[in-house]
Amino acid sequence: MKIDVLPHARLSQERIVFAITVALFVIFAATLDRFLTSANLLSLLQSVSVLGILGVGMAIVVIGRGIDLSIVATMAIPVAWALYMMDHGVAAAPAFALGLGLSLAIGVLNGVFIAYVEVPALFATLAIGAFVYGFGRSQLFDQDIIALPKSESWIAAVGRMHVGEIPIAVVFFAVICAAGFLLLRYTKIGRFFYLMGENYLAARITGIPTRPMIVLQYTFSSLAAFVAGVVTAAEVTSMNTRVVNSTLIYDVILVVVVGGIGLSGGKGGIRNVIVGTLLIGILLNGMTILDVRYTLQNLIKSFILLTALLVDSTVNPRDEQTGQQGDI
Amino acid sequence: MTRQKLVALCTGLMLCSSAAIADGLVDPGRSPYVEALQGKKVVFLPLAMGFDLAEGWTSGVRQTVQANGGTFSIRDPNWSTDAGAQALTELISEKPDLIVVHNPDVQSYARLNEKAEKAGIYIIQVNMRSSYSTDGYVGADWLKVGEAEANALVRKCGAGTSGKVAIVQGVLTAATSVYQIGPILDVFAKHPEIKVVSNQAADWDASKARSLTATVLQQNPDLCGLISFWDGMALGSSAAIAEAGKTGKVYVVTNGGGEQMACDNLESGSFDEYVSFDVPRQAADMSDLIETLFQAKQKPGVVKISLYTPNEILTKADLKPGSCWSMKALPKP
Repeated sequence: MKIDVLPHARLSQERIVFAITVALFVIFAATLDRFLTSANLLSLLQSVSVLGILGVGMAIVVIGRGIDLSIVATMAIPVAWALYMMDHGVAAAPAFALGLGLSLAIGVLNGVFIAYVEVPALFATLAIGAFVYGFGRSQLFDQDIIALPKSESWIAAVGRMHVGEIPIAVVFFAVICAAGFLLLRYTKIGRFFYLMGENYLAARITGIPTRPMIVLQYTFSSLAAFVAGVVTAAEVTSMNTRVVNSTLIYDVILVVVVGGIGLSGGKGGIRNVIVGTLLIGILLNGMTILDVRYTLQNLIKSFILLTALLVDSTVNPRDEQTGQQGDI
Repeated sequence: MTRQKLVALCTGLMLCSSAAIADGLVDPGRSPYVEALQGKKVVFLPLAMGFDLAEGWTSGVRQTVQANGGTFSIRDPNWSTDAGAQALTELISEKPDLIVVHNPDVQSYARLNEKAEKAGIYIIQVNMRSSYSTDGYVGADWLKVGEAEANALVRKCGAGTSGKVAIVQGVLTAATSVYQIGPILDVFAKHPEIKVVSNQAADWDASKARSLTATVLQQNPDLCGLISFWDGMALGSSAAIAEAGKTGKVYVVTNGGGEQMACDNLESGSFDEYVSFDVPRQAADMSDLIETLFQAKQKPGVVKISLYTPNEILTKADLKPGSCWSMKALPKP
């Protein structure tokens, strides 16, 4: 059986969004001074790198027809805990190892609840996200913004590092994208994720170990979240746990969905995440250069996203399968 | 009266009074003071706990209230305006004696503050005043904070520089943003040499401030100065400036409660100038106001007292031990 995971339609959502992205890029390049400099483009990429890394984690889960609403909590709390431990005299290596351990444990917990207890992903990850935040803030540390301790300033130096011209955050984004791509495209596990997303019951009947695979999926998304957290902490020399209550989670879902990875699962890949991330990055960068009022920025952002969704649902009407299964 | 009798009387009086001194005098003013707070219920409704301002205020006020026999409790809505409004509504029916309210913005709690005051609860607002003035306000004078920040840049970015400055606001509806931006723009309006090249909001988030500042720097490599509305967020801007290799070339001005982190960042050159509204002093002001209200025994809403904290301007040059306070060193309850 040949499974084609690439979008069929001539004008897939990914292509529509890509076209909008290119159009915006051309408009900004033509009208804005210094938009089209390599330094500005790199800084554009850098500003959405964390979003992109989270997007990759989310994509892996969404392709398998799940969703991880705890991804922002998993980014913030383990890294904040690691910084807090360092501030209280724990060396960097064990502190980060414990933080990583915590975030992987959250991933496993998500997976077990969804795969074995059979709680719908939406509710399981929502509840676990809230639990992680509450547990972290009340049991692990008592501040909501944890600053990087002065003794560990090398981490800030790493955060400012450039590989050649490229900021380290962009390098991380690229590495995570590459890893995600290899996982989804060239490993058996990756192919299983697509099959489970396409038709979970059929995947199960054919003998795919669906339950362990689900646990693995959420572990991957937690891993991506931890990397995103470390990049953030290195960049701004602090971890702000308030992001858990921010709209960041919607932006992550947006990047994934707008890029063309349907919430019904089984479709899309890392390329879609990159396209979605680029669109958001170009929009934010252009509007900041234009010094557009913040409230107006929200309006423009949502207008463009709505346009993309509208065009998509006109050009690609919902098929029978989605109609039956429904989106998440 | 004979002389002997007079001497005897004097001696007697002296003996009596010295006996009284040996036993100690009773300060007649003390007992009203001690009784004023006895058994009083004081509740603090911050935006959230776990950050320098709220922890500093809590520590100071708790100490005063508990030392004088009152009870002190906290309702932590964790940055949720809805949860905060609900907590305040519940408190009105619970009827403590005094609520210290930290408003999220100008409007949200305004009517509840009024309602609570009418229900006979003293209300002290801290650092962010709602549109309804209650018994007390203790907090920064945002007008002066804004002026101080703007004047710092007028001083640094005058003739001989590009005159370009950027402003990074917090959440746009927050009272601190609303009250701070006006005076800043007023000052700049009087100085045509200053050009505001960017005036954006980063929602109190360092990450947003970082990418915003990075973009502004790309566009204006000759940026002369930057005002960030809060020190926690300014970390993001100074990270972007450091990354562009412009630390020391862009004059970073910010404000906050003067926690140790501020001094550390002034020391390292991440911040250049800092307008501090001394949090321990604010906690002391709040304590004084609480004691005053309970001793004056006026009906809630009768007096309206504002205590604006004088700003302290800190730069690396005038840092000394004790310029900042440390959240870590606060006594644990």
